[in-house]
Amino acid sequence: MLTPLEWEALALSLRVSGVAVAVILLPGLGMAYVLARFDFPGKTLLDGIVHLPLVLPPVVVGYLLLVSLGRQGTLGHWLHETLGVSLPFTWQGAALAGAVMAFPLLVRAVRLSLESVDRKLEEAARTLGASRWKTFLTVTLPLILPGLLTGSVLAFARSLSEFGATITFASNIPGETRTLPLALYSLVQTPGKEAAAARLCVISVIVALIALVASEWLARRARRRLEGRHA
Amino acid sequence: MLEAQVFQRLGDFTLDTSLAVPAEGVTALFGRSGSGKSSLIRLIAGLEAPETGTIRLGDTWLMDTQRHLWVPPHRRQLGIVFQEARLFPHYSVRGNLRYGMPRAARADFDGLVELLGIGHLLSRTPGLLSGGEARRVAIGRALLSRPRMLLMDEPLTGLDGARKQELLHYIRRLARDTGVPILFVSHDTREIGALADRVALIEEGRVMASGPVDEMFARFDLGPRTGRFEASSLLEARIVAHDEALCLTRLVLPGMTEGETLSVARLEGAVGDTVRLRLRARDVGIAPSWTPPLPDFACIPATLREIGDEAHGPFVEVMLDVGGQALRARLTREAVDQMGLRAGQALQARLRSVTISRHDVIVM
Repeated sequence: MLTPLEWEALALSLRVSGVAVAVILLPGLGMAYVLARFDFPGKTLLDGIVHLPLVLPPVVVGYLLLVSLGRQGTLGHWLHETLGVSLPFTWQGAALAGAVMAFPLLVRAVRLSLESVDRKLEEAARTLGASRWKTFLTVTLPLILPGLLTGSVLAFARSLSEFGATITFASNIPGETRTLPLALYSLVQTPGKEAAAARLCVISVIVALIALVASEWLARRARRRLEGRHA
Repeated sequence: MLEAQVFQRLGDFTLDTSLAVPAEGVTALFGRSGSGKSSLIRLIAGLEAPETGTIRLGDTWLMDTQRHLWVPPHRRQLGIVFQEARLFPHYSVRGNLRYGMPRAARADFDGLVELLGIGHLLSRTPGLLSGGEARRVAIGRALLSRPRMLLMDEPLTGLDGARKQELLHYIRRLARDTGVPILFVSHDTREIGALADRVALIEEGRVMASGPVDEMFARFDLGPRTGRFEASSLLEARIVAHDEALCLTRLVLPGMTEGETLSVARLEGAVGDTVRLRLRARDVGIAPSWTPPLPDFACIPATLREIGDEAHGPFVEVMLDVGGQALRARLTREAVDQMGLRAGQALQARLRSVTISRHDVIVM
């Protein structure tokens, strides 16, 4: 059904986006918790920095990544020297670009659901002998699960559609960093490949739809469990 | 024994008080809303920290600001029942009950579930419970965490009359059967009369007075705080007989003349059981001691202990001694003058059967 090239782009896209979401899941949860629960000087600034990728042109984000993580960048140089890791022009780099772009979406979704958690339930857990950590794992986390799921799917979708930061930071290398949008872009640039471009377009729509439907289904299931109707 | 000594400012409200709760029985923390009851409970539970103070449970220090000592809430071994049940919506009733349950308490599970009458709810989710059921589950959950003391913050608020009576009944059984001391917050003298052994009265952030419940109820000086219209006394009596045909239970109060009884609506208790009677001052009559008996009224020889010093208004409260127990009565100033009442006078207290409802008699 799919050509080898389409398979390659699709599989790469899914891998890049999956890794991107996996990488930001815990930091995103932590950042959302900090922003939702604590007040400290510089909170507005931190909030702004987290949301920056949402408002910056993606190419700017890609450029900033390249400057800081390229061989010439301080961080990139250090990474290469000590760990032998080089991110630009690799699929890991594409995943990082997707992760950075998706981070604010995940944080927003989780933060919103954290803010709607009834703190009184957490207090009740504390008086029942649960430490802060146990309270988080057994009360807070299950209660924000719908938000966490929604946020993850949003982040996955955002990473899947990532173009500007990826092409700037990781370039457009077939089999390495040529994800669905980049492959589509390449086809559009090539005369006589209109039909192949249309096929990729349909594939992108289907993948996005599946992700959205799956997230809606999961979130509804989780919510239903919270509301006490049997799932 | 719980001893707290705390100081905390909350906006323009200051909580500055000490409180002692004995290690047995039910102690009521009584005060109007805004008097600092809930704040005090939160401090004891460790959900808030006072500016200065000490809290000690038995020989364990829970907090001492001077020594920078702080035991976090989850290590305080206190069970808290909040005004709202606060059940976890993502666990079943069983899951909620087991949430704080240590291994050692597993053996208590079945007994407590039965005591609270929540066995049929175990596999339900909390969202489907009624108010009374949810409170009972919350009480069970707190008790299964094996607390050294149970703190209840107005657990009866928002329940209708019948549910309230039912829950009162369960709490009373708990206090009797589990032996866990209870600190019970309430602004309702009826709840306190039905439950408490001791009362601490809190007003504007300070515990003003505390003592055994019957003594506290008998204090004139607390009248404005406990509400004059509902002013009542608590007296002990004994069940001597049931009359099934007439649906009556006969009670005897200490100090009653031989053969005399007080008839009330049929009670659950057995003959020989002790009951606590709540008698509203406005339902107690006074007559000279030579007055002949009347049907439906029980007569008890009484001595006038004290006449209240309300300077104005149509009514006066007097304190009687009946068989060593304090009984408050409310009558018109006119009647006081007509009978020429003075302290030490021998009189007759008259209790009218129909004024005593089932809710006023608690089988201990």
